[in-house]
Amino acid sequence: MPPLRLNPTLFNRCRASSRPRLLRPALLPRFLAAQARWSSATTEPNQPDPDGGTQGAPSSQKHIKYTSESYPEIKRDSKFGGLSEKHVQYFKELLGTESAVIDGFSQDATDDLEPFNSDWMRKYKGHTKLVVKPGSTEEVSKVLKYCNYNMLAVVPQGGNSGLVGGSVPVFDEIVVNMSRMNKIRDFDEVSGTLVVDAGCILEVADHFLAEKNHIFPLDLGAKGSCQIGGNVATNAGGLRLLRYGSLHGNVLGIEAVLPDGTVMDDLSRLRKNNTGYDIKQLFIGGEGTIGIITGVSIQCPQRSKASNVAFFGLESFGKVQQAFCAAKGQLSEILSAFELMDGPSQDLVHRVTDKKRPLEGQHPFYCLIETSGSNPDHDSEKLESFLENVMGEEIVSDGVLAQDETQIQSLWSWREGIPECLGHWGGVYKYDLSIPLPELYKLVEDTRERLTSAGLVGDDETHPVVGVVGYGHMGDSNLHLNIATRRFDKEVENKLEPFVYEWIAKRNGSISAEHGLGLAKKAFIGYSRSETMIRLMKQIKELYDPNGIMNPYKYI
Amino acid sequence: MSTALKILVPVKRVIDYAVKPRVNSARTAIETAGVKHSMNPFDELSIEAAVRMRERGTPAVTDILALSAGPPKCVDVLRTAMAMGADRSIHVEISDAEVKEKGELEPLGVAKLLKSVVEKEERNLVILGKQSIDDDSNQTGQMLAGLLGWGQATQASKIEFEGDNVSVTREVDGGVETLRCPLPMVITTDLRLNEPRYASLPNIMKAKKKKLEKMTLQDFGVDDGRRLKTLKVEEPPARQGGGKVEDVDGMIKKLKELGAI
Ligand SMILES: Cc1cc2nc3c(=O)[nH]c(=O)nc-3n(C[C@H](O)[C@H](O)[C@H](O)COP(=O)(O)OP(=O)(O)OC[C@H]3O[C@@H](n4cnc5c(N)ncnc54)[C@H](O)[C@@H]3O)c2cc1C
Repeated sequence: MPPLRLNPTLFNRCRASSRPRLLRPALLPRFLAAQARWSSATTEPNQPDPDGGTQGAPSSQKHIKYTSESYPEIKRDSKFGGLSEKHVQYFKELLGTESAVIDGFSQDATDDLEPFNSDWMRKYKGHTKLVVKPGSTEEVSKVLKYCNYNMLAVVPQGGNSGLVGGSVPVFDEIVVNMSRMNKIRDFDEVSGTLVVDAGCILEVADHFLAEKNHIFPLDLGAKGSCQIGGNVATNAGGLRLLRYGSLHGNVLGIEAVLPDGTVMDDLSRLRKNNTGYDIKQLFIGGEGTIGIITGVSIQCPQRSKASNVAFFGLESFGKVQQAFCAAKGQLSEILSAFELMDGPSQDLVHRVTDKKRPLEGQHPFYCLIETSGSNPDHDSEKLESFLENVMGEEIVSDGVLAQDETQIQSLWSWREGIPECLGHWGGVYKYDLSIPLPELYKLVEDTRERLTSAGLVGDDETHPVVGVVGYGHMGDSNLHLNIATRRFDKEVENKLEPFVYEWIAKRNGSISAEHGLGLAKKAFIGYSRSETMIRLMKQIKELYDPNGIMNPYKYI
Repeated sequence: MSTALKILVPVKRVIDYAVKPRVNSARTAIETAGVKHSMNPFDELSIEAAVRMRERGTPAVTDILALSAGPPKCVDVLRTAMAMGADRSIHVEISDAEVKEKGELEPLGVAKLLKSVVEKEERNLVILGKQSIDDDSNQTGQMLAGLLGWGQATQASKIEFEGDNVSVTREVDGGVETLRCPLPMVITTDLRLNEPRYASLPNIMKAKKKKLEKMTLQDFGVDDGRRLKTLKVEEPPARQGGGKVEDVDGMIKKLKELGAI
């Protein structure tokens, strides 16, 4: 598997070599926000380098522990059959070409299988001996039908960039990798409806759309490797959600294969279709537990011609909320991002990068606001009166406005560079949470207070914790609570869990805002969903996948 | 007492550095309609250098004047210059129609215009970008120094004052060179000179109240006759993308086809 490409479009737009590339050497790439926000302890592997690629091997960690060792309580379900010579032969004949099957059963293929067995964080690793890569919906159907009949467990796999351990096997589940189904099927320029194979890489689709002045309604740091099928299966949120809304609204149709081989052709291109239960919604965020998505039709908006970025310093979280209200009220339809960064997060970024700060003084809170629209003059006018208002009313204490594209990228780097910088000292405990806006930041304060009073936070080696910071998609009430540490430490972990989950449950928040459940959060779903809801979910699973072969041990 | 500085900083509005330029369909020029424009990055360095001189205080800076010659939209880059710290600005307006008919101003025309501005506005220091990133000419500063008969230091990476002398470090192949030159003089800026500041919101507000004079080439009595004609603009040849093979057999077949094995 090639190293992950977190390739930001912006960096593909370098100009002729006479251009002053070194203008701002410390520019971080726009590997758009929210990379690596998995929510339990991890190190920070695979950090993007300034060329937008990732540095070397996925992580410094040489050996990835088998999931079966880290989670000894999970046992292989004996109802599943084991792989046999006959099975392998069937898949080889079905899929024809040599590259469509990685066979570790008849021969040793450990190295070839490794990238399909282990995840992006290098935190989870399975024992599969077989990877199949179907090239058509029909082949997917035959693969699943065969597996279902023979009780062979499977893991649907897209770009394998998921952050909750859902995309790799736990034991010997067969990996059904979708990378060969990578065609753009159709695009209608009038309606903006795009129809693609599930294995189409997000960035490929977005480049295709850019040529046609359209934009994919989803953007995230892993765009160079994640697949649209994977995005839909995880209901990924990302950076454009504030503006374009969630995939539940944008996906118009889905073609999927059920475990028994049934092809569910619901590849509608209609925006409106009130004829019965909307079954496709179950596949959005279904994380491969009820079927495999093979095709997606999605509504894509026109690409904006003009964008602006402003960066503010504010004195309290109350002011941040006022600024958010003002932005919604006055910028309304051109507002495309409202990101929050607390003072400590920016201090840590500064300590690591040593870059010149955008604002002169220091402030308890910072916000980044982006506008995108179709008419630069109209946008500037709106933005100016908004800026005058928030300065005049003293909602923001200080601020800057990017004057060119390079400054736009540079300001974004103070938001996007956070996850990378937090990993500088060692491990990071990460929580990706939805919290009602008024209390969004209180969790950070409470957690900081809790760890500080336990004497765990400090500037020298004797303290495990470097800092407790909060940042995230303010516009979506999505907070990233991160605890930067020098080492993983049981005492820290025990102070955090279940404290954080209980805190969230009390406020009816979500313990997983955009990354899903996978293996990592399966045990904690009870903090966000009632017993009734979980029971109903289990009924759905039972109905669509009675044999339970789809992505077992995960989700619910 | 050293002489107080009266600085002129010319700034140009160009296609944004981060935007990929495209050749128009007639292949006569770069497509500019609907494309994001910003201040030439080297000119940002010039403004920053001037503002830092003011902040340093010795020698005193009496006035920083920003000037841009071009279509109406140049006002945007002048506002940026003033938000960064220029005191006032002059926009020498050349209508879009005129640019379309005669082509853009050429370095010599700009240098003549600047000479006239220097004389009218009694400047003793001109700080320019070493080049603009659209035509990459790297000529205007040198021509201006020639026309004025002033000393010049191009590609500055450091500027220091010693009384009425200015010592300028410039980057040259294989090292640096330090020049000393008395005022008045022309300096052109290079990348390592400084890191331009952001335009802060309070300063953007203040810049709105600063003086922006509209003038024309005729006001300065400049002959802007064009001497150059662009015959053709072409994109560099597209790189041949790699092909994908399905499997090992496919690769061997391909290599054989290419005669590589
Ligand atoms: C750097 C980085 C930044 C990220 N930023 C964000 C972000 O901003 N917002 C956000 O929400 N997420 C983010 N993520 C996580 C995000 O969920 C995934 O990157 C992406 O959506 C998963 O796509 P994938 O193709 O890699 O799927 P995989 O990782 O391969 O799979 C994810 C899950 O979907 C299932 N699946 C995959 N393909 C299919 C299919 N065709 N049919 C059925 N099931 C399938 C898998 O079984 C698995 O459970 C980020 C991840 C990284 C590495």
